[in-house]
Amino acid sequence: MDDKLIIGDREITSRLFIGTGKFPANRIIPDVVRMSGAQVVTVALRRIDFDSDDENMLKYIPKDCILMPNTSGARNAEEAVRIARLARALGCGNFIKIEVISDNRYLLPDNMETVRATEILAREGFTVLPYMSPDLMDARRLKDAGAAAVMPLGAPIGTNKGLKTREMIKILIDEIDIPVIVDAGIGKPSDACEAMELGAAAVLVNTAIATAGDPAVMAEAFAKAVIAGRKAFLSGMGPVKEYAEASSPLTGFLA
Amino acid sequence: MSFYERYMEYKNFDFEGFFDRVTDRDIINIINKDRRLSELEFLMLLSQKAAKYLEPMAQKAKKLTLQNFGKVILLYTPMYLANYCVNQCVYCGFNITNSIKRKKLTLEEVEKEARAISSTGLRHILILTGESRKESPVGYIKDCVKILRRYFRSIAIEVYPLYENEYAELVEEGVDGITIYQEVYDEEKYKALHLKGPKRNYIYRLDAPERACRASMRNVNIGALLGLHDWRTEAFYTGLHADYLQNNYTDVEISISLPRIRPHFGSFIPDCIVEDRDLVQIMLSYRLFMPRAGITISTRESEKLRNNLIGLGVTKMSAASSTQVGGHTLCDKSDGQFDINDRRGVEEMRQMIYSKGYQPVFKDWQAI
Repeated sequence: MDDKLIIGDREITSRLFIGTGKFPANRIIPDVVRMSGAQVVTVALRRIDFDSDDENMLKYIPKDCILMPNTSGARNAEEAVRIARLARALGCGNFIKIEVISDNRYLLPDNMETVRATEILAREGFTVLPYMSPDLMDARRLKDAGAAAVMPLGAPIGTNKGLKTREMIKILIDEIDIPVIVDAGIGKPSDACEAMELGAAAVLVNTAIATAGDPAVMAEAFAKAVIAGRKAFLSGMGPVKEYAEASSPLTGFLA
Repeated sequence: MSFYERYMEYKNFDFEGFFDRVTDRDIINIINKDRRLSELEFLMLLSQKAAKYLEPMAQKAKKLTLQNFGKVILLYTPMYLANYCVNQCVYCGFNITNSIKRKKLTLEEVEKEARAISSTGLRHILILTGESRKESPVGYIKDCVKILRRYFRSIAIEVYPLYENEYAELVEEGVDGITIYQEVYDEEKYKALHLKGPKRNYIYRLDAPERACRASMRNVNIGALLGLHDWRTEAFYTGLHADYLQNNYTDVEISISLPRIRPHFGSFIPDCIVEDRDLVQIMLSYRLFMPRAGITISTRESEKLRNNLIGLGVTKMSAASSTQVGGHTLCDKSDGQFDINDRRGVEEMRQMIYSKGYQPVFKDWQAI
């Protein structure tokens, strides 16, 4: 089955993206990446210690991965743009995940500022993946601004609550013709599977893997769930019905 | 609007009567609640009744901390720039009436200290001065920051309260955090402990964190010096203050420290004892009330206690601390502000944090 995910000019092999924050040690990251099969790995630029030999996170990310630095810490579009440019200047590549958060209590993204940052960075040639609250109009604005994908949240960051925004995400998937990647809130493999069954192009998982008892095994569980969900979506799932299908149809006499 | 108005709302509040009425059921319901706690629910967690529930509180706090921060502890160290001080705070070694050795680092000495500290891997630094606009003016602090920027990715200040425009100038220079303790929230007690000097101005100090928020400071860290007054009410006001700042300045990362008074030069004896279990109750209450707030535990606490607090709510710890000016490298050091308790170096702290299944984080900010 030909099922390619293309973002920017890259063909992505795995529909599970992973984050690198919150892990008990950076040295387990290579194992987690391997078990997850992930190709796209996001890292907060603020966390990268370029001057350190053993605490530099980049050292632990396999070279064949696509590094997707994120703008964690940005409170507005200007700060996100500055962080993105800095990331590129420091050799972190062309992918950028925009996170603009001006609410420290719930860490919900600021869509308006995110649209502004996307516009600027897309024009500068970045492959922009904006993290957003799932709103259809804003998703359209992001697409028009040049986003390579949109990343709506399933639930607030770190909550592990699953697809609380399911209905909104479904609408984005139906209406937006760039990849919709569910980011944040995915707490267990079944949540990831659910997002993929809905038709999400990919999911990004961090907290659920990083804070698991055995992160590498959890990464593998997520990888399998994502593949299962994707296959189910592609295979064309049968409709869910309210009643059992009658074996003697009521309108059979019309045949 | 000032936090003072919120403080005044509780001025005549019957704390004792309130604590007496707290029931076991109240505490159990609060621990099981899965949304924002009200301020009175927070106050209940600080009650005598809640002390029986430290274990379930700790379980909840651990879960919240893991969810919001992951298995990480940010490391930093303080660097004293100067200990000249015009205030007369009865509990502080830098008290103007104490004849201690005073010193202010030259810019060369700042660089020397910076180089030594950054070679241990630390990327976050907290710089401190006493209160002396003459000996350590804002211009001097800025000059130091210019040098420190070359060695550190995050620079926070713990200096005398400044005007908003001064905070803005320091932000412009590359400062991203401020620590300022009210020391005592109770206004009468505050007056009794701060005998002379500009620090006697209670409200000016109380509003300092808010001025820093207005000046776009990224991290604002507050606290009460535990031991100076009844800890239940002091912790309550601290939490209330943190909540007030977070509500009004939603994009600022608000943190709380839990400094417990330590032996120091002078003869002050604290009139309120804060036991380890009390400190833990305060920390857990902060975490349940403000799941996203940073919580700092410094080297004022013992090795053993600090090791055991990991996982319970703390997000930030100091290492290799000295309260002496020049304490990291110079032979010619000043006297210290107070005695350090946990004397471990960066490498030892790093190993300890890993051994607890947590990651010591050296860098969590990038000046932009």
